[in-house]
Amino acid sequence: MTKVFVPMDSAALSMGANEVAASISQHAVKNGLDVTVIRNGSRGMLWLEPLVEVETEAGRIGYANVSVDQIPELMAAGWLTGGSHDSCLGLVEEQDFFKNQTRITFARVGVTDPLSIADYESHGGLKGLRTAIAMAPEKIVAEVTDSGLRGRGGAGFPAGIKWNTVLNTESDQKYVCCNADEGDSGTFADRMLMEGDPFTLIEGMIIAGIAVGATEGLIYVRSEYPHAIDVLNQAIAIANENKLLGTSVLGSKFKFNLEVRVGAGSYVCGEETAMLESLEGKRGMVRAKPPIPALVGLFGKPTVINNVMTLAAVPMILADGASSYQSFGMDRSRGTQVFQLAGNILRGGIVELPFGITLGELVNTVGGGTRSGRPVKTVQIGGPLGAYLGVESWDVPMGYESLAQAGGMLGHGGIVVFDDTVNMAKQARFAMEFCAEESCGKCTPCRIGSTRGVEVIDRIVAGEEQSKNLELLEDLCEVMTDGSLCAMGGLTPLPVRSALKLFPADFGIKSGAK
Amino acid sequence: MSNYSEESILNYLGPYKGDASAVLRSLQVVQELLGYVPDSALDLIAKNCNVSRAEVYGVFTFYSDFRSTAPAKAVVKVCVAEACQASGCASLISELHDKGYDIHKGTVKADIQMEQTFCLGNCALGPAAMVNGAPIGRATCEKIFAATKAVTA
Repeated sequence: MTKVFVPMDSAALSMGANEVAASISQHAVKNGLDVTVIRNGSRGMLWLEPLVEVETEAGRIGYANVSVDQIPELMAAGWLTGGSHDSCLGLVEEQDFFKNQTRITFARVGVTDPLSIADYESHGGLKGLRTAIAMAPEKIVAEVTDSGLRGRGGAGFPAGIKWNTVLNTESDQKYVCCNADEGDSGTFADRMLMEGDPFTLIEGMIIAGIAVGATEGLIYVRSEYPHAIDVLNQAIAIANENKLLGTSVLGSKFKFNLEVRVGAGSYVCGEETAMLESLEGKRGMVRAKPPIPALVGLFGKPTVINNVMTLAAVPMILADGASSYQSFGMDRSRGTQVFQLAGNILRGGIVELPFGITLGELVNTVGGGTRSGRPVKTVQIGGPLGAYLGVESWDVPMGYESLAQAGGMLGHGGIVVFDDTVNMAKQARFAMEFCAEESCGKCTPCRIGSTRGVEVIDRIVAGEEQSKNLELLEDLCEVMTDGSLCAMGGLTPLPVRSALKLFPADFGIKSGAK
Repeated sequence: MSNYSEESILNYLGPYKGDASAVLRSLQVVQELLGYVPDSALDLIAKNCNVSRAEVYGVFTFYSDFRSTAPAKAVVKVCVAEACQASGCASLISELHDKGYDIHKGTVKADIQMEQTFCLGNCALGPAAMVNGAPIGRATCEKIFAATKAVTA
């Protein structure tokens, strides 16, 4: 029997993976070939999708950008035994883009069948949970604290400290909520993990529950991710059947129930308190903090809220020990970061590496520069609320503090590359426009400031009283930064100010105006 | 409510009876069933969840997913966020405009509804689009209309 892997990741589907998988099966049946098509996750080399892999004695051989039309000729070329063809890459794991990575969180994504719990276990799954079950909750929390793991959603708050607060808060009910409302443009790591290795997230959430004493878990997924929702629901059903979830986790005294909740098209619901409101069935209006959700969270109960990438790092930390995870990275940014290369980039996709690689290495060496072949003008890191950085920032090492020092923000680790055709005044205007569109409306700086921001930028670009309007924009940005309830209004000035600072000419600013 | 009686909808909402935290999920159930949320369903949900109609209306209007009228046979979502801007979604949007579809306004024409969206999570293969939930990478007019043809035929 020959195993053929065709990814079921949305990115692969968007390039025709379902049709390719069906065509391979049809050809196999028609020609009496013993072929099993396995739907794996994606390896993260997205420019090669659909990337079909054939298992051979030497390892898995990859065929890139396979289309339905090519199946007959690939069959004729003997691809089921790794035969040569223009689209043949050789061994997938020997590809430079892939082999130079440090895959910890994404270790199984693209390798295994996402819905096979046997596959999951034979590739190191459940080891962390078994370790955790045998430990005192305080020890689990200490392990996560010692690993140096920080919130991968963007805020970078130490996960162990958050967990410790929930652990030490008395309550009849506690919750673990996973924030899978991955709305930042340029980010797709959460989606790929949920579609490609959902049991890792489930295992991480169970460990979090055991650590803090929570028995209920919720995953809040955006509605734009129908495939991830589908895979997660299937995985949770399998986890229930296998007693991974339920009244006795793996036969232990611990209980943990898990449920998927779906968003309804609101970016601000990725903000943790708006997410809680949405989980309670209400409008996604941001809550004022304090109290923090670790003390007063879902339905007023102590709640751990972590991003998908944070929770998915936990099983490996428990399995291999805090010091193993902690040994990667630099300064206070420990472990690995799952970077996402997006936008106008030659080799876009997932790059998991220890913190510390420079921005330039990531974009140019790993990503190969722009897809258009034109020079890079700017990159936006960390989503719509992240700063634009120019090529003078190539040497900045990727880490929470180092990026902040360079005027940027790591956020969720998404990097959007733009070539020299981009107009930065348009990008700044879009940042304000997006904020106006998605603001929950609770606080004035965000709700009104964003609309005024669009108008002021328009006046600057039109050359109307530039000095005065620049001063006004600066004042507005200051009010939004300092006066907004959450990051939506608070960080929108980041892309606006950085665009203006780096590329004033795009705003039509005459020299001497600022 | 087209093919569904009030009674049968209440059946689907059964698990949420008396649950004030189930307003959003109730709206999602109705939209899943009917393709949109008719005005009368707001009263039904309010009664079932034991909250005021105003509260249900507030939730209904907050989230951009909800519709008050039936959708076209093909609903196309075109990403307009940064990563797709970097990948040239502007020219795709203007081509669609030339064909009579303004995605910013959600034009409906020939059983096709074109809408803008902010990020579909396919940011390395932009411009990204989605037709009735099926993703399209490196989207072109050609690819989009091939997909809509398949669902409107």
